[in-house]
Amino acid sequence: MNGAPPSFHLSPERRWGGQTNPAYFGQPGLLSLSGFATLWLVAHFLNWGFLMTSVSAAWSEETVAVAGADLSLVKGGSGEPLLVFHDEIAHPGLLRFHRELAESHTLYLPAHPGFGRTPRLDWVMNMRDLAGWYLMALEELGLESVNAIGFSLGGWLAAEIATMSPRQFKKLALVAPLGIRPPEGYIYDMFLSVAQDCITTAFHDPASTPEFTELCPNTPPPEQSQGWDVAREEACRLGWKPYMYYPALPQLLRRLHRLPTMLVWGQQDGIVPVSAAQVYHEAIPGSRLEILDNCGHLPQVEKADSFIALAREFFA
Amino acid sequence: MFVGYFTERPYQDPGSGYFGATGKPIMDLMVSNEIYDPRLGAELYNRYLDEKLYAEEMGFDGLMLNEHHGTPFCMGGAMNVEASILARMTNRAKIVLLGNILPIWDDPLWLVEQLSMIDMISRGRLVSGWVRGTGRESVAHNSPPPYNWERFQEAHEFIVKAWTTPGPFRWEGKHYQYRHVNPWVRPYQEPHPPIWLPGVVSRDSLLWAAEKRIPYIMLATELEPTKRAFQLYHDTAAELGYQSGSQNIGYLWKVHVDETEELAEQTARKYVQGPSNPFLAGNEGTVNPALVNLPGLTSRSRVLPTQAVATQARGGGGGAAGVLGRPYEQQIEDYTIIAGTPKTVLPKIRHVLEYIRPGSIFFWDGDGAMTHDDAMRSLRLMGQEILPAVKEMAKELELPGPFELDPATGKEIPQPTEIS
Repeated sequence: MNGAPPSFHLSPERRWGGQTNPAYFGQPGLLSLSGFATLWLVAHFLNWGFLMTSVSAAWSEETVAVAGADLSLVKGGSGEPLLVFHDEIAHPGLLRFHRELAESHTLYLPAHPGFGRTPRLDWVMNMRDLAGWYLMALEELGLESVNAIGFSLGGWLAAEIATMSPRQFKKLALVAPLGIRPPEGYIYDMFLSVAQDCITTAFHDPASTPEFTELCPNTPPPEQSQGWDVAREEACRLGWKPYMYYPALPQLLRRLHRLPTMLVWGQQDGIVPVSAAQVYHEAIPGSRLEILDNCGHLPQVEKADSFIALAREFFA
Repeated sequence: MFVGYFTERPYQDPGSGYFGATGKPIMDLMVSNEIYDPRLGAELYNRYLDEKLYAEEMGFDGLMLNEHHGTPFCMGGAMNVEASILARMTNRAKIVLLGNILPIWDDPLWLVEQLSMIDMISRGRLVSGWVRGTGRESVAHNSPPPYNWERFQEAHEFIVKAWTTPGPFRWEGKHYQYRHVNPWVRPYQEPHPPIWLPGVVSRDSLLWAAEKRIPYIMLATELEPTKRAFQLYHDTAAELGYQSGSQNIGYLWKVHVDETEELAEQTARKYVQGPSNPFLAGNEGTVNPALVNLPGLTSRSRVLPTQAVATQARGGGGGAAGVLGRPYEQQIEDYTIIAGTPKTVLPKIRHVLEYIRPGSIFFWDGDGAMTHDDAMRSLRLMGQEILPAVKEMAKELELPGPFELDPATGKEIPQPTEIS
């Protein structure tokens, strides 16, 4: 990825729905981006360098007014919809698993309110508030009985949504979700480490992971590190205490008994200890548990081949 | 002019094995309290209280305390306990708390009660400051940093209401809820103890203080950005339609006075060294980058010039440690440390007063590796020579303090007549 804005046949305004998130872009003194820089950031966000070479999937971002928020929604691919709930450092840009799953599914990548491109909702103070908002938003978007994947914080979110309304989803994949207090070990304190250390801890073997440097460059561009700051701040609001879990969730997950649910976990997960996987597995009757060895908290990145194969098979 | 005395009450333990060039990792907040020696703690608490009593005897107007959590550089984890003792053991000086860390209190009714008791026991000598706290406070008491500023404001409103409104009443706020507020205490002072706000970083806090007409105290910041921050206060006051003055602003910095220039230098160097603070010179403490960048603790954009300077000096990263870690010579150069005999110290103090024009000042002394004797020598000389001269200077420079002119109105406050 480089810093030069690509030329493109659509104007950036049209391409992006003509809106950017005021919470991210409009604060005086935080970022006063010129059009050029905005375009650069947008290109960075979607890994546009790749898009220029892709013919199979067209990606777009639009801002949709739903449930009292201006939701930033990236869409791409073709086929049955697949909703993706991003994790606590927000949507990382398009990675290999997005692109490959987009060959068989239309991916919907919403930015959670408060995580950067979608402005924060002041009344959302915990994960169940956010889940309640999403139920309203997904209904308005016509995304009901939809396939969904949730990663880490997004997995916790998807689990909460499912406990409130299991029929919201057709099939649900939870990838190393937060949300449950692990019986052994603790959820890594991501706020007592800086973003880069936290991301690095999420990998079992960063050096052997091709996309690691993209997710966590040695010297992240300011837009990327500011993006982390914004996302971590909202993650802090949602999960500060109790830290990243909801005590009643294991009891409530029983409601997912008719929802085909797959749990994917890295055996060496340094963020959410794999002991939590067993609790999720036992709490959701009929759930399927896939544990990948030599893998940390981000199987979709660190074991992309296995993860993509699992997801394709599960959502087929 | 109001003149106060301050020390951060460091936990000085040369036997800890952690300080100096030991090679032991001492990242902020990560030194285990297993090394804590309660017998040493007992000596130090009593020493610091004794020094406060002597400071009152030497004529200081105020005895200032602060609070930090989980760190050896400040033993005031429960500052109100120290304040309570001073309330009973002193007679004249104000007890200046700068301050209670509002956002970390899940139940601020405790503060309503404790501070009212301190105000009554001291017969109206409490100055009740608030702070937002650093990252270590949020972590130590597990208070959500992104709500720090909201909780600060709501706790303030709640406490003031509980001090001034007859109960019982209800409070249904965003962060605090009570169905029956009716504490069986009331503050001695009417309508309530003065509230001051110390700070270094947040523009939001300074503007809030100006809006509430609350005195703002800058803590050990460099002079030029401090002057700019004060100007922001005065400009904001003018915009809000009132005239602020020296009574609205205060400044704390390091001043040590000694018998000879040599002894003064030798002792003042102890500000930046010794077995108390992981960040002082010669120790190997490292700033905890996560702690100074807790998500949402302070606004990413709305910081004061003082913090911008501090951040620059450290090559980024934030937090107060960078200021502490500045070399002694540099601090002497820019007057953030003033040390010497009364003869050499007084002109430098005068420069500070002329340059930033505060109505309250606090001499920060007896810190770092300084011994009880070091502190007492300086206190004696301050009483004998510095305080009378500074009071004269303040009159000449027209720098009234917050007990001479009301910070909210600019009007003269009637002075109590001495009862002999």
